[in-house]
Formats: sequence, structure tokens, C-alpha cells
Amino acid sequence: MTNITKETTLVSASKLTCIREERILFDELSFDINAGDIVQIEGPNGAGKTSLLRILAGLSRPYAGQTFYINEDINRCRDEYNEDLLYLGHLAGVKCELTAEENLNFNLRIGGYDDFDTSEILAKVNLTGFEEALAGHLSAGQHRRTALSRLWHSNCKIWILDEPFTAIDKKGVEELEQLFIQHADNGGCVILTTHQDMGIITDDRLRKIRLDYRFI
Amino acid sequence: MKRGISFTQAFFTLLQRDLKIAIRHRGDIFNPLLFFIMVVTLFPLGIGPEPQMLARVAPGIIWVAALLASMLSLERLFKADFSDGSLEQMLLSPQPLAILVLAKVLAHWILTGVPLIIIAPLLAVLLNLDGNSYGALISTLALGTPVLSLLGAIGVALTVGLRKGGVLLSLLILPLYIPVLIFATSAIDAAGMNLPYDGQLAIIGAMLVGSLTLAPFAIGASLRVSTN
Repeated sequence: MTNITKETTLVSASKLTCIREERILFDELSFDINAGDIVQIEGPNGAGKTSLLRILAGLSRPYAGQTFYINEDINRCRDEYNEDLLYLGHLAGVKCELTAEENLNFNLRIGGYDDFDTSEILAKVNLTGFEEALAGHLSAGQHRRTALSRLWHSNCKIWILDEPFTAIDKKGVEELEQLFIQHADNGGCVILTTHQDMGIITDDRLRKIRLDYRFI
Repeated sequence: MKRGISFTQAFFTLLQRDLKIAIRHRGDIFNPLLFFIMVVTLFPLGIGPEPQMLARVAPGIIWVAALLASMLSLERLFKADFSDGSLEQMLLSPQPLAILVLAKVLAHWILTGVPLIIIAPLLAVLLNLDGNSYGALISTLALGTPVLSLLGAIGVALTVGLRKGGVLLSLLILPLYIPVLIFATSAIDAAGMNLPYDGQLAIIGAMLVGSLTLAPFAIGASLRVSTN
């Protein structure tokens, strides 16, 4: 295992090009994300933020270019990368037929964890009392919180979060921001998209990567 | 934080989850079964009640109905997981995709294949199937329906991202189903004439072993393509 210090590059993109519906979303995009970074991908709707996150997570393939995980192409070290990656798309991955507790239990176990206390984790996302409620009966915010609860029990270094704050109340957003800072301070990195302004993560802490809407 | 989940535990975690979801969504289990029963019971009404004639066509009817029922239920296999994002999570899980996919297919077979095997002998009585053929009927179904689920899952994995994949799905997988159908009905016919049918069974068994070992990888690769 490589020693992770503040300057270690965890994820780097090299000349990524993405084309969707015959439109170039971004072209030859390169950047490095180091341990300790909190990176916000910003840009208008349709600029390719979600596409970029999916490419970084290895879910989609770019038209050209590569993504590296500690200097190795992610297609060549997929198992190691997946073990170190927590991706939450804007689809929450929460099953409506299962209770909040069953959802969390499944998500953590499929992620490989076997030592956790679901009620303790659900308490951290304010879902105490809703453990037995079917996720389909929860409100949109609580549904989202069920998905986000995995963040409180994760030793993945790389968090890729697509619109994590959707439907979350102000206090919840603050708690999440604190969690992100704590995660970054512990040598992790957070890559996220959001249209909301963040209060606790200040501008000097936040790195921004801007994507613009292109017409060609 | 410890990561100590073995492949077997991951397999059973997913299997258990899929069965639990299906039990809370009971209609999904009964639809294919109901379809199977309806098709088989309608045939005597359609072609007349002569016992000899029914006995002659019984293996074909039961197997064709089982095949269509299995195809009818296939589309559900990955659809729900795809539309709520759980499939992405599975693709990004540190567990090998082939194992997770195998658990999903097994859950699907338990929910749709096993009820068919249980109800088929009853329907065979209705069609006046020859007394010697029951063993062959049950063993071909027991060996053949998992093949249908496994091969079908490849087609579903390829079409899961399409909005209207239904017709394409049938076109993709029906040709793959035909060998199973041919050998299964031929085994049941042979049993009815008191001939040995272990040759046909062995071929279906070989198809089962082949698809059991290779299909999970094909399904995994197809899912990666579909979610691209």
C-alpha cells in the first residue's frame, strides 16, 4: 500500500474528451485531484458534470483520454479502485421495497463492510425512528439521507458525489459539509457537483473545476 | 472499519435482498406462473379433448409455455435496479461482478423457474401425459429452466438501457432457447416410448454447466456496456 500524504495524487484525468449526442461536452480536460482536496465541478445544466463524474468513477468510457488512480489506469486496476471509491449518483440506489435499515445494511455489506451498527449510523443522518419504515414511504429528503448514510461508515479515500445536497435541509447540508472537511483532512478527497452555495466549506478550501456549455 | 465480507457472504446478501424484495412485491412472482397455467389449460379447449392427441403434444406445450413464461419474467431482472441506481452501485462494488450477477440470476430462477417445476406435473395430468414421462418432464425442467434464466439474463443485460427493449430481447434470446427446447421435448418423447433419454439429459446438463460458468461473465460485461 502506498503511503498517502497530503500531496499524493489520488485521481487524475488526462486529456478527457466526452461527446454526447454529437456535441462535445469537454475536450482534452486534464486535472489532478490530491488527497485533502474538496473539488466542486461547476457549470450550467447540460455542461457535462454528471458525464465527467461517471467517467471518473469508471462507469462510462470517455471518447478519448484516461483516468488514473494513483498513477495507474483505472481500467487496469478496477478492483483496487472500486475498493477505494464511493460513488453516489443522482439516482440514490435506494430500494423502495426495503426499509431504511435494510437498505443501509445491504449497501454496506455489498461494499465489503461487516462491522457496523445500522441504528447508530442512521441516527447520524437523523433517521432514528424510521429504521423500520419502507424507503418508498419516506420523504424525498429522508430517502436521500438513506443513501447518504453510507458516507458515515466508509474508509474509501475517493468520494464522488453527484448533487449530494438535493432535497437535504440546511442543517443536513452543514453536517455533510463538516463530514467532507473531516474526510479531506484525513487524507481523502471529495469530488462533487452542486448548484447550492456552501457555507462551511469556504472558498479557499474548495477547488473548482468549471465546465462551460459548448455549442459545437 | 473492517472489510471482511467473503464472496460467499456477498452472494447470499444479494440473493436474500432480491428474494425479500420479490416477497414484498408478490404480483411479480405470480404473473409468469399464471401465464404458464393459462396457456397450458387453454390448449385442450382449443384443440379438443382427445386423450391421445393431448398426450402427443403435451411435452411441446408444457415446454413452449415454460419458455415463454420465463421470457416474460426476464425483463424485470435488472430493470428496477437500473432505474433506481442500485445497478451502478453493484458495478462499482469491490465484489466481483460475476458473483453478484449469479446471485441475481439464481434469485430470479428461484422465483420463476422453481414454481414452474412444481406446477408442471399437475398440468401434465391435465394434458394426459404418458405415465413414464413424468420423470423426464421434471428433470428436463430442473436442468433446463436455469439455462433459460442464465442465457436470458445476457439478453436482458444488453437491452436494459433501452427504453423499448422488449422485442429486441426476444429476438436476441429466442434462438439461444431453441436447443434447450429441442432436447427437452425429445427427452420427454423418448421417455414416453420407454426409450432411454439420458443422452438428451446429458446435453441439457452440459448446457447448464456451460452457461453457469460462462454466462455470469457475459452478463457482467453486457451490464458494463449498457450503463455506459
